[in-house]
Amino acid sequence: MTHAAVTAPGAKLRKLVRRRDDQGGAPRLSPAWTFVAWLATLAFFAPVAWMVLTSFHQEADAATNPPTPFAALTLDQYELLFSRDITPFLLNSAMASVISTLLVLALAVPTAYALSIKPVEKWTDVMFFFLSTKFLPAIAALLPVYLIVKDAGMLDNVWTLIVLYTAMNLPIAVWMMRSFLAEVPKEILEAAEVDGANLPTVLLRIVAPVAMPGLAATSLICFIFSWNEFMFAVNLTATKASTAPVFLVGFITSEGLFLARLCAAATLVSLPVLIAGFAAQDKLVRGLSLGAVK
Amino acid sequence: MTTLTAPPKTAPPPSRRRAPAQVSKWKRRFPLLPALVFTIVVTQLPFVATLVISTFRWNILKPGERQFVGLSNFTFVFTDERLRTAVLNTIVLTASVVLISVVLGLGLAMLLDRRFVGRGLARTLLIAPFLVMPVAAALLWKHAIYNPDYGLLNGTLNAVYRLFGADNGPTIDWVSSYPMPGVVVSLVWQWTPFMMLILLAGLQAQPGDVLEAARVDGASAIATFRHITLPHLRQYIELGVLLGTIYVVQTFDAVYTITQGGPGSQTTNLPYEIYLTMFRKFEYGEAAAAGVVVVLGSIVIATFALRTIASLFREEVSR
Repeated sequence: MTHAAVTAPGAKLRKLVRRRDDQGGAPRLSPAWTFVAWLATLAFFAPVAWMVLTSFHQEADAATNPPTPFAALTLDQYELLFSRDITPFLLNSAMASVISTLLVLALAVPTAYALSIKPVEKWTDVMFFFLSTKFLPAIAALLPVYLIVKDAGMLDNVWTLIVLYTAMNLPIAVWMMRSFLAEVPKEILEAAEVDGANLPTVLLRIVAPVAMPGLAATSLICFIFSWNEFMFAVNLTATKASTAPVFLVGFITSEGLFLARLCAAATLVSLPVLIAGFAAQDKLVRGLSLGAVK
Repeated sequence: MTTLTAPPKTAPPPSRRRAPAQVSKWKRRFPLLPALVFTIVVTQLPFVATLVISTFRWNILKPGERQFVGLSNFTFVFTDERLRTAVLNTIVLTASVVLISVVLGLGLAMLLDRRFVGRGLARTLLIAPFLVMPVAAALLWKHAIYNPDYGLLNGTLNAVYRLFGADNGPTIDWVSSYPMPGVVVSLVWQWTPFMMLILLAGLQAQPGDVLEAARVDGASAIATFRHITLPHLRQYIELGVLLGTIYVVQTFDAVYTITQGGPGSQTTNLPYEIYLTMFRKFEYGEAAAAGVVVVLGSIVIATFALRTIASLFREEVSR
């Protein structure tokens, strides 16, 4: 749709669809139910709003009873966070999430190719093997992983987290990428092969354009899960390699409770995922359901 | 798609065919191998190690006393009161979080399936709880909402009481008074958007003409929902329940942060109990045995999960 030549028909199509929608594609909600919908929405959003609002308050205005939502706004809490060195934790989180996501893609894309475009025999069994690893509770692996990592001298090392996060997200990525690659029209692939196109050409010219949005969605999901992971991070890192969630928990116990600063930290560490998630809402659904639901 | 692997009808003589076919087979398998090997090494080997460790008496505080004890750790797991409580808590926690968030998610999805003013914005705001970092969400609920002195809940109660002329509202210590509901509510808040997203996708995949036909035939809204929408949504509901169960059973962040399993062991779920056995009691053998039991329990859930996912999957393949 970004292509200049197809913009005009695309827009026309969109208009057509919208008109049909207006004429009764999806029924309208009555005013009363609209009110209910918005009430529920605001109830769910309230804690997030409260978190963000409190993060812009002074400590004295944050911990009041009854609450004072209209107190003066300030950036002090964020300044304090950066002067108290949240930066290394954010960098560790970024490194663990980004590198593990790249590794996942490097492993998952060829796998998905072998499971969809040129399916190996018994490819569904392979799919279910990958999925079954997601059903093993991570806690059952924590002890042996801890012992192995300790013996290898890899405790408190970001690379340990990177390996674990890669294993954690790989099955999801394989499932998602397979479902995206399965959408590449078989006829075009066959036609290209008949025309004598070699593999790189086929991948680059036919598969890549179809699979790109899927690749983006897969990266997003892997990034979210790695960025948010807590159990391995808190048990396998100490000082050098700790990630953002470990920082959050740690700074409460060590400094007592500063509510406004806590809210600032919580907002800050949630921000990358919130932005990415808002930007790719539709992709999120498909990713979360392992590509099974479209 | 599955027919792709079937041999071509006009096969060349076997003597000439065999070698290239074998080569092409491995050419097909090769892209698969790195991921497969990596996954087996990183996910299956630790489980084998867990199995081995579960047969030892091994407390790191008592070095030199490590010895093979067979299945006695499992006897311990099945007779220990703390663990039994943890199993029960895990079931209560998982079942209530998943059921409540599916029901709420279904309600929200039904609302958001219709057009109304600001639907796009409402949807965006609604998924926010799912995107907030789980540890951040847990801390937020514990300190900014449940806190007895300045939390939002008591603060709002207080403001309402003052509005009606009373001096002050009650001071309720939410987490101590209602530990399990406290954890459940915070998790329901996080997981409802997830269910809503999946169910909304299901609702929007509903063929419009069937609904239209029902309307023309004069079916009531409730009848349409019961006989058309609900059966259509069944697979999506199952998927949501199963994926939710897989993740919620493993809940660690919320318990660790909000209640530390307390008061007593009222909110200690299995992952947290195993963590305590491992890093507080240092009983590696017992922790491993408990881990094995959790895996076995998960396999039961997973069998159902795989069946559901397989049915969704078959639909896609046959399309």
